Formats: sequence, C-alpha cells, structure tokens
Amino acid sequence: MSDVPVSPGGLPVLRMEAVRKTFGDAVVLRDVDLEVAPHTVTALIGASGSGKSTLLRCANLLEDVDDGAIWLDGEEITDPRADPDAVRRRIGVVFQAYNLFPHMTVLENITLAPRRVHGVARADAEEHARELLERLGLGGKAGAYPDRLSGGQQQRVAIVRALAVRPRLLLLDEITAALDPELVGEVLNVVRDLKGDGMTMVLATHEMGFAREVADQVCFLDEGVVLEHGTPEQVFGDPRQERTRRFLRRIVEAGRL
Amino acid sequence: MTLVKEQSEPEEADDKGGADPAGDGYVPSPRRLERERHKRARTRRATAIAAASTLVTGAVLYLVVVSAPGWQRTKETFFDGQYAREAFPKVLEGLWLNVRLLLVCGAAVLVLGMLIAVARTLRGPVFFPLRVLAAAYTDFFRGLPLIINLMIVVLGVPALRLQGVTVDPVLLGGTALTLTYSAYVAEVFRAGIESVHPSQRAAARSLGLNNRQALRYVVLPQAVRRQVPPLLNDLVSLQKDTGLVSIGGAIDAVRAADIIAGRSLNYTPYIVAGLVFVALTIPMTRFTDWVTSRMDRQRAQGGTT
Repeated sequence: MSDVPVSPGGLPVLRMEAVRKTFGDAVVLRDVDLEVAPHTVTALIGASGSGKSTLLRCANLLEDVDDGAIWLDGEEITDPRADPDAVRRRIGVVFQAYNLFPHMTVLENITLAPRRVHGVARADAEEHARELLERLGLGGKAGAYPDRLSGGQQQRVAIVRALAVRPRLLLLDEITAALDPELVGEVLNVVRDLKGDGMTMVLATHEMGFAREVADQVCFLDEGVVLEHGTPEQVFGDPRQERTRRFLRRIVEAGRL
Repeated sequence: MTLVKEQSEPEEADDKGGADPAGDGYVPSPRRLERERHKRARTRRATAIAAASTLVTGAVLYLVVVSAPGWQRTKETFFDGQYAREAFPKVLEGLWLNVRLLLVCGAAVLVLGMLIAVARTLRGPVFFPLRVLAAAYTDFFRGLPLIINLMIVVLGVPALRLQGVTVDPVLLGGTALTLTYSAYVAEVFRAGIESVHPSQRAAARSLGLNNRQALRYVVLPQAVRRQVPPLLNDLVSLQKDTGLVSIGGAIDAVRAADIIAGRSLNYTPYIVAGLVFVALTIPMTRFTDWVTSRMDRQRAQGGTT
C-alpha cells in the first residue's frame, strides 16, 4: 500500500542460502537458495508437502532452520543472537486458515500489534485500521467478530492485520486454499492491489494462473528442493526439468491453469 | 414434562406459517391443516397422560413413605417443626460466615490458580524450578483429601504455637480451602490454555508479540472464556465445602446446627442446614447455566455493527 517502505540500496529484502530443515527423518527443505528483490512478488509452487509452507515459516522464524542462513534486509536473522520478535515485527504473515483471534472484533484484531508491539496510540491505530479496511472493501465490518464474516472477508481482514504493522515483507501461505471458489477472486484482487503498491511478497500458492499473472519470480519446489526458478514465462512456458513439466501437466489436467 | 415438551415443540414451529406472514398469498393446504390437527390432538393426549402419571406416582410415593415402618420416628427425628424453627435463624446467622468465606476464598483461588497455571506454561530454563514447583503443588493438593488438609492446617498449625501465626479457625480453614481449590482451578485454567489452538499463538507471534504478550492478549482471554462453566462448577463445590471449617470450631451454618443437634439429640437442624446450602447452590448453578448459554448465544450472534 502507500506505506511500503523504500528498500535500502537495492539489497534483496529476503535472501536464503543453503537452507536445510528436517522434521525427524523427513528432509523438508534441502539446500534451498532464494533471493527476493524489493517490490517484487515471488510465487512458490509445487505439490502439497514440497516444503512451500515450511520455507515461509522458516523465513518468519516460526521454525528454526537446521543449516544455512536467512537474511532480512542484509541482516542475518538465523543468527541465534538475533531477536526473533524484532524480525517478526518487520514481516507480515497471512495464513491459510486466517488465524484471526475469535475473541476480538475485526478492529481489535488489526490494532493489537500496532498498539501492543509498536506502541501506536489507540486512536491512530484505529484510524489506520479503518483506512485499510475501507480500501479492502470492509468498511462496515470494524465492529464485527470474525465468525460473522465469510471466509473471503476473514482472509481480507487477516491481510489488513498483517499490513497494519507496515511490514517490509509479506508472506502469504496458500491464502485462498481454504476458500470457496467464488470467494477466491476477492482475496486475489487484494494481492494484485498490493503488488501495484509495490509491496514485496512471497506467496505459496496452488493458483497457477494467478502465480503466472502476478509473480515476478516463480520457484518450483519438489521434495524440499528448488528444482526450477525463473520468470513465470520461463517456468510455466518452457520448463527445463521433466518433473516441472509433469507437475504442470497434472495441474492442467485438473483444470487449474 | 419432558415428554410433553418434546411433542409440542415441532408443532409450534409448524404453526408459524399459517397466517401467511410471508405475504405471498400462500394458503395452507388441507393436507397441512389435517396434519396440524393430528399433532395438536397428540399433544393434548400426551399432556393428559403426563399429568395422570405424575399424580399416580406422587400418590404411590406418598403412601409408601408414610406407611413405611419407622416413618413416625423418622419424622420426629429429622423433620421436627419446633427444632426447625429454633435452628433456622441460628443456621442463617452461621451461613453468613460461609458466604464470606466463599467470597474471599473464591477470589484468592482464582488468582492463585491462574498464577500456578501460567507458571506451568512458562518456557525457558530460568523457569524450570517454577514449573516443577507448580506441577508438584497441583499433584499434591489435588490428591490430598480436603478433610486431612483442614485437620492439618486448622488443628495442627495452632499446636505449633508459632509466634505471629493466627490460631483463628476461620482464617486457617479459609487457608486450607484455598490451598486445595487453587490446585483444582489451576488445572482448569491449564486445560483452557492448552485448548487454544497453537495456530493462534503462531499468529500472535508472527505479528511480533512476544511470548508474554501472546499469552496475555490472545491465549488467556480465550482460555478463561472457555473455562467459565467448569470454574463456576468448582465455585459451587467450594461453597459447600466452606461448611468443613466447622471442624475447627468456627460457628458457621454447620456448626450452628451441630450445637442444637448435640444438645437435643434431634437431627432436624442438620436437615435445615443442608437445605440452606442446597438453596444457596441452586442460584449459583442456575447462574452457571445462564452464563454458559449467554456465551453460546454471543458466539452465535457475534455482534455485528
């Protein structure tokens, strides 16, 4: 949105190098490299269980990496001396299941972090929240509790909540996967608008058509490995790897591209 | 009564559409009218059967009780009007002590229980001893019979003749009750904390809230709300158990009844005291039901603007 901070000196907002993550015996991420330039959209695609969500959780330090390193604006966040709360304050996350706080109104959900973490005065936080709600077409919902909203509305509120702290980077974890088909469009439109405002985003998605449209960079993950990455034209139009071709063929057969 | 209710409820729902409230010119078909006539008849029949059956059951119970051998003696020992009149004001006077104990202990139990529950969820190596202590506390006091706890604290502590430690049986009894009930309530709170889905904490942490803030603003409010019915349940239980402080000689409702019963060898005062406690817990139980259903309604309505 209009509050997107300008990146310092063109450094990548997010950089991952040789990231490895295992859960017990399962290697979920294997030597993952990733670079996200400011004001760009990166789409992570791949089958369920390919490591997309884990990659996002690692970037937000909700999971510790086993090996490798991650930098946010040139600062290594996987350093054990780094303050994870300070890192998370600069990153917004939107989850597949919305994860709104059910005991708070929409407005309280949105202003919680600005008020309690960033010390914004209540009136200012609420004004900013109402502005954002208005922009996302949720002007009348400020006083509603999350369970009174449709899935699409809840997810848009979750996006507003993530934006309210003016993050450097937005991580979107399959944000339309839990929605009824007719509600997917309203959420994707918000992401399009955010791209127009220059927000840096990394999104894990099954919406291939959407990834092709908005992404500047597409990464195909397969069993924890970034098997292929490049522009959407290259990855979707002329995939180099046989496995990518097979994955895309299955998607086309399922009518999703 | 339940029988009648079950039968009549669907009929009420059916009756609504009769007078064309939708305004679309709908006229109930003869089939529907016939169906509703039949349901009304069935309801009337059910009501009549329920009333007759209740009357017969009541009469049989009355005859069985009254004609039972020993009824006359039971009546004299347990239900003597004169002793009841004598005991009632004294029991009520004693009950005021129970009520005060409930209020003070209830508040102390909620605070202490919450502190113990939170102590058990703290992370980090610094808090290891605190976690262990909190776990040991709940294990110990949940297992320790309340009566033994009371005897140790109310009768045992004064025997120590410690300087500056009270020998007041009310204070000591209240302390013992608080010790035991804090352990129960801590477990209720802990169950509430654990019932909040981890994704809620993840969402809070990803917004930059630290562990303490996530607990305070996101986890605890949901945990407490969910646990209101079991908490009130424990308070009802505490209310009854305040009667146990009488073992130290405090003149509460139970002790007041005991004094009269001991003097007269008539047990009517106990019945009076018992009924007074029941009368006190009934509003509390109804209040619990009301709070629970109101919470359900609120969740359902949400509160849109």
